[in-house]
Amino acid sequence: MNPETAAGLYELLEQVTGYIYPNEIEIHWSILIVAYPYLTGLVAGAFILASLVKVFNVKEVQPVYRLSLLTALAFLLVAPMPLLLHLGRPERFYEILLTPNPTSAMAMFGFVYAWYLMGVLLLEIWFEFRRDLVVLAQQARPPLRWLYAALSLFSKDISDGALAFDRKAIRAITVIGIPSAFLLHGYVGFIFGSVKANPWWSSVLMPLVFLMSAIVSGIALVVFLYMVLTALRRQPIDMACLDKVTSYLFYAVIVDFSLEALDFIHRLYESEESVGILAKLITDKLFMSLFVLQILLGMFIPLGILVLAKSSRRFNDDLRKLLYFTAVILIQLGIFATRWNVVIGGQLFSKSFRGLMTYKMEVMGIEGLAVTIVVLVLPFVILAAFVRLLPTQRLAEREAAGAAALSGGSR
Amino acid sequence: MKIPEQVQRLAIVVGVLLAVVLIGRFVLLPSRLVARELHQTATIEREVVKPVRYAGSTACADCHDDVVVKKAKGYHKGLACEGCHGPAVKHAEDPGAVKPAAPRDRKFCPVCHAYDPARPTGFPQINVTAHNPLKPCITCHNAHDPVPPRTPRDCAACHGQIERTKAVSSHALLACTTCHATPEQHKRSPRRATPSKPETREFCGGCHAADAPLKTGAIKDAPKVDLGTHGRSYPCWQCHYPHLPEGRS
Amino acid sequence: MNKRDFLKGAILFFPAGGLLAMARDASGKANGKAYEPASHFYGMGIEIDKCIGCSRCVEACKAENDVPAEPFYFRTWIERYQIRPSGESVVESINVKGRKRDEAADDRDFVRTFFVPKLCNQCAHPPCVQVCPVGATFQTKDGVVLVDKDRCLGCRYCIQACPYGARYLDPRTHTADKCTFCYHRVVKGLQPACVEVCPTGARIFGDLKSRASRLVRFARMNKVHVLKPALNTEPKVYYAQLDGEVR
Repeated sequence: MNPETAAGLYELLEQVTGYIYPNEIEIHWSILIVAYPYLTGLVAGAFILASLVKVFNVKEVQPVYRLSLLTALAFLLVAPMPLLLHLGRPERFYEILLTPNPTSAMAMFGFVYAWYLMGVLLLEIWFEFRRDLVVLAQQARPPLRWLYAALSLFSKDISDGALAFDRKAIRAITVIGIPSAFLLHGYVGFIFGSVKANPWWSSVLMPLVFLMSAIVSGIALVVFLYMVLTALRRQPIDMACLDKVTSYLFYAVIVDFSLEALDFIHRLYESEESVGILAKLITDKLFMSLFVLQILLGMFIPLGILVLAKSSRRFNDDLRKLLYFTAVILIQLGIFATRWNVVIGGQLFSKSFRGLMTYKMEVMGIEGLAVTIVVLVLPFVILAAFVRLLPTQRLAEREAAGAAALSGGSR
Repeated sequence: MKIPEQVQRLAIVVGVLLAVVLIGRFVLLPSRLVARELHQTATIEREVVKPVRYAGSTACADCHDDVVVKKAKGYHKGLACEGCHGPAVKHAEDPGAVKPAAPRDRKFCPVCHAYDPARPTGFPQINVTAHNPLKPCITCHNAHDPVPPRTPRDCAACHGQIERTKAVSSHALLACTTCHATPEQHKRSPRRATPSKPETREFCGGCHAADAPLKTGAIKDAPKVDLGTHGRSYPCWQCHYPHLPEGRS
Repeated sequence: MNKRDFLKGAILFFPAGGLLAMARDASGKANGKAYEPASHFYGMGIEIDKCIGCSRCVEACKAENDVPAEPFYFRTWIERYQIRPSGESVVESINVKGRKRDEAADDRDFVRTFFVPKLCNQCAHPPCVQVCPVGATFQTKDGVVLVDKDRCLGCRYCIQACPYGARYLDPRTHTADKCTFCYHRVVKGLQPACVEVCPTGARIFGDLKSRASRLVRFARMNKVHVLKPALNTEPKVYYAQLDGEVR
């Protein structure tokens, strides 16, 4: 055995309080597994925001529709990476596709993921972008022309009839897509919620909590990206859109908080065998990440900011933008802390309910901080490429808006 | 209804993808890779052929019948040879080349026989620091037939836990035999002949009844109770643990 | 060639299949007839009042099964319980050295104290098998949960799912590992190494399908209990004289 690992474990042994089973000293699911539900949550949240436009016909959200879809795709492409990297034997990942165990929640990952990527997200994006791809394929120079043509599968039909079909297809896909997005992240919650050996995880509310926090984080991310993108492009921000989306964000945070509060109160009230060690866990080990980061900085303060921004008419657009921007960054921080508290928190107490362990994060190792940062930054790089290649606003609308702006109309 | 142009193109792509996946999975892939039963059989086979290191006590009897016969009569009759001598398959295969360990120093026997309060009462335990310091255990005890070198004089040799409890109690000065009549045979063969235990209230009353005669050697101020009224007719040890009666902290 | 034929052929012709046949022969020699997994169902009985906490079992297990020597990897281990008059329990794993021990100096500091041997419970309804994404851990016909180290991904979901902390990640192979009831010994008619070396007979290994087995006798003679019964894992390690404080 690697002497460094051994030394590290001996060091952790000194920090154990109370009694733990001897095999429990190693924390098996590291910060990479924190990143995994965080990333899939962003995917599900961004997609559900996009679906609002199509299913519920919320016109105001249209400006971020394409951005949401591309965000979902960029993050979905990276989502399996932390899982893969954390495996003890990553080179054997294909086994999960060869002999998936039908009773394992984790084995279903490949199928849920493939369905969501191919059956939902790529299809919807294709139908949404097809007209513009056809147009771009005619306008652009090679080699981009070939790329656009290939991406449009060399289709050329942009007659009104064909476009009407595209719109119908998108609507149909969205209707299937919302339950699929729920499935994608609800299932991630189920991976944790179904572990009966772990009282911190084992909860029927877990998939719901994951889902709501996913929606919160996804909406917040799209708001953040929209504001950054418009700033980079020196374009005006559509305040009606921003106000609408942040309203949804506000309600989502309220529901998320209520669910988590319900979970918390339920545990406290039922006060089962594990309540003592869980109380010690949140006061001794998770105080900072649970009470300060997740609840105070990630929920209460952003909620306060959103209430402030919505309640008063005195705030002008610029001030509101600043408030929204602060709120969405805090919310991202809070949701990451939420994932941390679930994944790491659930491994910091012994299943003998008698002691607490310590997690010492690696920095440079394969399951360390550096790799995690790479995994978290990568989707933004992919998204930047998408945004460069694909118009985030429909070309036809952009032309119309451009013409209107020239004539000194709407701002 | 006419199928739109873009759907036809999409259908081709999806169809090709599906075909590749399905053909790959169900035709190209050797069924060896996806046969769960086969994997399990292979695992069981790997498990079954793992080397055995502990030969089992019957293996030792083939050559060491003298030791086995001797051991079978003593207190260590339930012990496996390899419990003390370590895994011995290699020795059984090639007795000349590989010799099993034979622990001879003072470190080994206390693994079982050092006093530990969590050990069951009656299990022979010693205080390692006080018990013939520095002498290897085997100078006095034969590990294959571990009778004490001489019959133990006091009960603490085996009943260390009770001895330690009693030593800090009000009964510290009482000999065990004050209350337990102990046949001499108990010291040599503890389970054959067991010591007596007090059976009546009157036994304790011998010292603690209000009208008890002052015995020689008894402490004058032993607490007295009226046997007629105290604690109704319950036996004394229902409430008082004689090895550690209350009243002393 | 259909799948069934292929499987049959594989078992006959694969070298591993040949090994199984050899193992059958070997076990046949030991008990007079070929080993038939389906006619056994193994379990273990533990008599807590007999355990003296000597850790012979732990050392034998590590030697027999090539378990890493560091005190973070155990297929079996011994816990010491000390229950204070206040009802508070002080527990430690006596095989984990290097931690400053909370010495209970005086026998009067606790009302009862005892050792508890722990190992994989070889659950009849094992949560580790349920969650393994690739089916690399499974229950044999004779009721032992094994790990296929050639197909384990090292995802460690099984370690999270085990309520008893019986599994570890082998640092050499980066795959999950655990007690096998010394399957390689048992099929040859030998006792598991821990049972073999236990000086007081605190561990009893046996076949639940045989009326004459020592385990069935043990279950007849003692009132037995299992660990964490509320989780419905149906452990096959049965404890006699189990204290309610033991988890």
